Amino acid sequence: MNSMELQSALASSSFVAIVEQERLQSQAAILVATLALLVRAAVGLYPHSGQATPPMYGDYEAQRHWMEITLHLPPAEWYHNSTSNDLLYWGLDYPPLTAYGSWLCGAIAHFFDPEWVALDTSRGFESKSSKAFMRATVLVSDLLIFFPAVFLFCRQILADFTRSKQIAIAFMILLQPGLILIDHGHFQYNCISLGLALLAIVAVMRDWDILGSVLFCLSLNYKQMSLYYAPAFFSFLLGKSLQSAHPVLRIAALGVTVIATFALCWLPFLTSIDSVAQVLHRIFPIGRGLFEDKVANVWCAVSVLIKLRAIFEQALLVRISAICTLLAILPSSVNLALRPSQTGFLYALVNSSLGFFLFSYQVHEKSILLVALPASLLLASDPLNAVFFLLLSTASMFPLLHKDGLAIPYAICIVFFVIVVLHMLNVSLQACQHLTTIGKLQLAAVIVCFSGLHLAWYFYIPPAHLPHANLLLFAVVSCASFVLFAVYFNWRQWQLNGVPTSTHKLKHS
Amino acid sequence: MSSSSSRANSSAGAALTPSSLPSPSSPSFLPTPASSSSSSTSFSSTMTTTTTASNAAPLGDSASWAVLLVATLVKLLLLPAYRSTDFEVHRNWLAITHSLPLRQWYTEDTSQWTLDYPPFFAWFEWLMSQVAVLVDPAIVVVSNLEYASSATVTFQRLSVIVTDIVLFYGVQQYVNTFRGNKDLYKSFIVTIFIVLNAGLLLVDHIHFQYNGILNGVLLLSIAAIQKGHDLIGGLLFAVLLNLKHIYLYLAPAYFVFLLRHYCFAAASSGSGSDAASVQRSRFVIGNFLRLGAGVAAVFALSFGPFLLEGQLGQLLSRLFPFKRGLCHAYWAPNFWALYSALDKVLIYAGPRLGLWPMPEHVTASMTGGLVGDVSHVVLPTVPPVATMVLTLLFMLPILVVLWRRPTMPMFLRSVVVCAYASFLFGWHVHEKAIVMVVLPMSLIAVQHANDGKWFLLLSASGLYSLLPLIFEPREFFVKHLIVLSYVLLVYCALRVLFRGLALDRSSGSRAPFRLNRLEKAYLFGFAAVELYTEVLHPIFLPNWLPFLPLLLTSVYCSAGVHYTFVRFYNESLHHWRASNLSPTPSISTSNASKRHS
Repeated sequence: MNSMELQSALASSSFVAIVEQERLQSQAAILVATLALLVRAAVGLYPHSGQATPPMYGDYEAQRHWMEITLHLPPAEWYHNSTSNDLLYWGLDYPPLTAYGSWLCGAIAHFFDPEWVALDTSRGFESKSSKAFMRATVLVSDLLIFFPAVFLFCRQILADFTRSKQIAIAFMILLQPGLILIDHGHFQYNCISLGLALLAIVAVMRDWDILGSVLFCLSLNYKQMSLYYAPAFFSFLLGKSLQSAHPVLRIAALGVTVIATFALCWLPFLTSIDSVAQVLHRIFPIGRGLFEDKVANVWCAVSVLIKLRAIFEQALLVRISAICTLLAILPSSVNLALRPSQTGFLYALVNSSLGFFLFSYQVHEKSILLVALPASLLLASDPLNAVFFLLLSTASMFPLLHKDGLAIPYAICIVFFVIVVLHMLNVSLQACQHLTTIGKLQLAAVIVCFSGLHLAWYFYIPPAHLPHANLLLFAVVSCASFVLFAVYFNWRQWQLNGVPTSTHKLKHS
Repeated sequence: MSSSSSRANSSAGAALTPSSLPSPSSPSFLPTPASSSSSSTSFSSTMTTTTTASNAAPLGDSASWAVLLVATLVKLLLLPAYRSTDFEVHRNWLAITHSLPLRQWYTEDTSQWTLDYPPFFAWFEWLMSQVAVLVDPAIVVVSNLEYASSATVTFQRLSVIVTDIVLFYGVQQYVNTFRGNKDLYKSFIVTIFIVLNAGLLLVDHIHFQYNGILNGVLLLSIAAIQKGHDLIGGLLFAVLLNLKHIYLYLAPAYFVFLLRHYCFAAASSGSGSDAASVQRSRFVIGNFLRLGAGVAAVFALSFGPFLLEGQLGQLLSRLFPFKRGLCHAYWAPNFWALYSALDKVLIYAGPRLGLWPMPEHVTASMTGGLVGDVSHVVLPTVPPVATMVLTLLFMLPILVVLWRRPTMPMFLRSVVVCAYASFLFGWHVHEKAIVMVVLPMSLIAVQHANDGKWFLLLSASGLYSLLPLIFEPREFFVKHLIVLSYVLLVYCALRVLFRGLALDRSSGSRAPFRLNRLEKAYLFGFAAVELYTEVLHPIFLPNWLPFLPLLLTSVYCSAGVHYTFVRFYNESLHHWRASNLSPTPSISTSNASKRHS
């Protein structure tokens, strides 16, 4: 399905037709946001990661602990081990902006009830009201940062679409199951870093480059994983600058912006080199190994057959993974720098983040969310593949979500998403007959893999010498499909070059 | 793209409205009311829709099933939500009905939550307990108080979700009676209003009750009457009374309608649209006996076994505990909320104005956290009989009109008015009873733009008043978002419907669906109430008049419920005069004339 077909598909969905005809755009936008929030709030009723499991608990406790640390200790001690800041117990390992956010939430929590974030004594604290508060902080961050970013993207970038179609697309982006489940179920604040990154994407696509780089730096300083997008941003801005009248001036301006933003974010830590080095050391923990748990990337998949971690030294592994990552993202980056285009940028975001996810060092299964965000932005230009990717990326996190006790919301969020997509794209069973052979194969493969993996999870009891067989199965199958998607998305990005710039460049209003 | 071209097309689209002609080639989930779009391709597809739409596809069904699916998903998401003591109440009833012989059902009192629903509901619990014992045998042990293993919770939650099928079936039966080519959209939004009803989500799927299946039986009864099967409708209502006796609220409307419509036959072929037809009709003793015998049989089946055990008095004392006070712990937004609020204001205002001294014994009750069951201090205390008289008095006018014009629309209106009157003036009314008004009202909401407006305002005020019912901080956002999205959905759906109807020459009603300034201000006022009760009061005045937030909520909601009651009642009374108000007169008159041929 291409963009033209999408236009007519959207137009024939009753939602868009009604909103269009009745001029209910504002009400529809509010309703869409309300429903997206409702799903999030309801998922929040389910348990969070590590609920009531001492001694370490989970990501929820990490976030709560950071509030406690940042509230009660001066910034100079945040990243340093001390008697009151045991770095082995969920030490702060995100960049300064996360720390400031934690401080703000901690201050508010302290206002409501000091017990929630009391130094040391509050470890593993889970009262009804403190949990409600923590959930509320995610919900509010989502509403204040990610929601506006999504609506802004649809409004500003998808100017070819009528407003009601933009709202329909915004609804699909907002309902992507992975992000909802991890942020509001498992418990994290990806909506902030991804929301900032999305705002940056909108800005640079609208040629507000300075603003875009500020926003991207903020995203980076909230969560270092936004580095996955850096190659795409870098190439896009570089390519645009090279095509402008004063390339050197523009690049210099961008450089100054980036340095200034970083300096501002790091201000409390710029006291000494050591201090900066300590923060960096915390943010990039080389010592943790090639990959954690069973993640759907290449290293984990290869390790099924070849025990990489046993054969190679750590330093060598770091180097190998760095080189492989570089090779994986190079084609897309070079292509974008040479021929910067709007759609090309979106594909490059997917390609660079997917390259990082598949090949870089120390990847978490949740990092697939970084790929899912730009993939969801492709809903407007390549809807079917974007949907398949969003579903697969969510499925790849199933073992984690299952461990958190989120299997029910996992299924419900997926079904919700599928219902909305089927309705908005006006897809019926008959439509499948018109698919190409490749499309049919793809659909069949997705269905078979999806159901096969889940059936195995519940009904296949692995042999004693392979206790994690089901986990590995998920990782390997997901990894294989991600590799296929990486090839496909790279191919699509290169395909764009064959088309004259004017047609694939999305117009502004 | 261009708003100008879409405006140009909207007249073409208007030709299709009000409804919902499905495109036969592409079964989507929603029936399209009319599609007008700026792109030329979709415009041509609209044209094909127009030409081929007359062979109505079974699309309405797939759309309804999609609504059921979405509703079920939302309910499943609410599985781990807060449960009130009603959860334990129903678990206890599972245990009682499963483990004890019939004669002990209404005498057993190990738990304080004794069985106080009529016998058919007890049998319903008995039926469910047959499954419950397979899930977890410990559920059905009477002495196992407060038992809530995860299997128990899942089973009981699922039992509500599964029995909601009856509600869905009831709606389907009802909308099938008027679903023509034209009314597909109407039937679709009635389905949405009922199946996705926010009140049911809050009361059944968070708080925990079985109103879904009960209201499903009510809808089945209404649908049967709509189809002309008065006897079946009456019997179903008798069954409903034996499931939960609170439906006695609606009994006057049923009584008058069935007596007049079923037991009297029109002597002439006229549809009986004026008072003179009352004299011309004659009493049909056969129908009267049939209905009487049927209802008596239902009650005999229900109460008979207990009568034989000599427990009728015991049973009735369980069903009607008159020891309770005028208002529930938290005031339902009814007349007595205003009355009690006025009392509280007078307690303070009187001494200031020098009218009477500050009564000393009330200060304790004035500082209580919850709005307690206070006796009135300044105003006269209300005896139960006064509430009953007042309730019947308010039912009387519509019942008189119903007697003169026993048509289906009038019957529905009478049912709603009876529910309204009982809610507003009844003794010890619970705020949850508003669902009994909102649900039948959703059937009327699609008839006329003003009906829609009253339904919207009633939904907002009635459902908002349910929020304090779920008081734990965890559900704060969920409950608000459920009500907010429901009210938004109702607003959008009704606006679409009535704009379509207003543009359609062939439809009778062309009144616009528009809120006046006061009504808009009232709806936005909820934001102010919310701000005060949830933010300003707890933060800045934590120790000052702790009952004030709840009092404010119920008084503000009460204003909305009263307003819609007065406006809706007034219009309903004049409804039978102005025939153009009734868009579906054909159903009722044809039924009335067909009946005894």
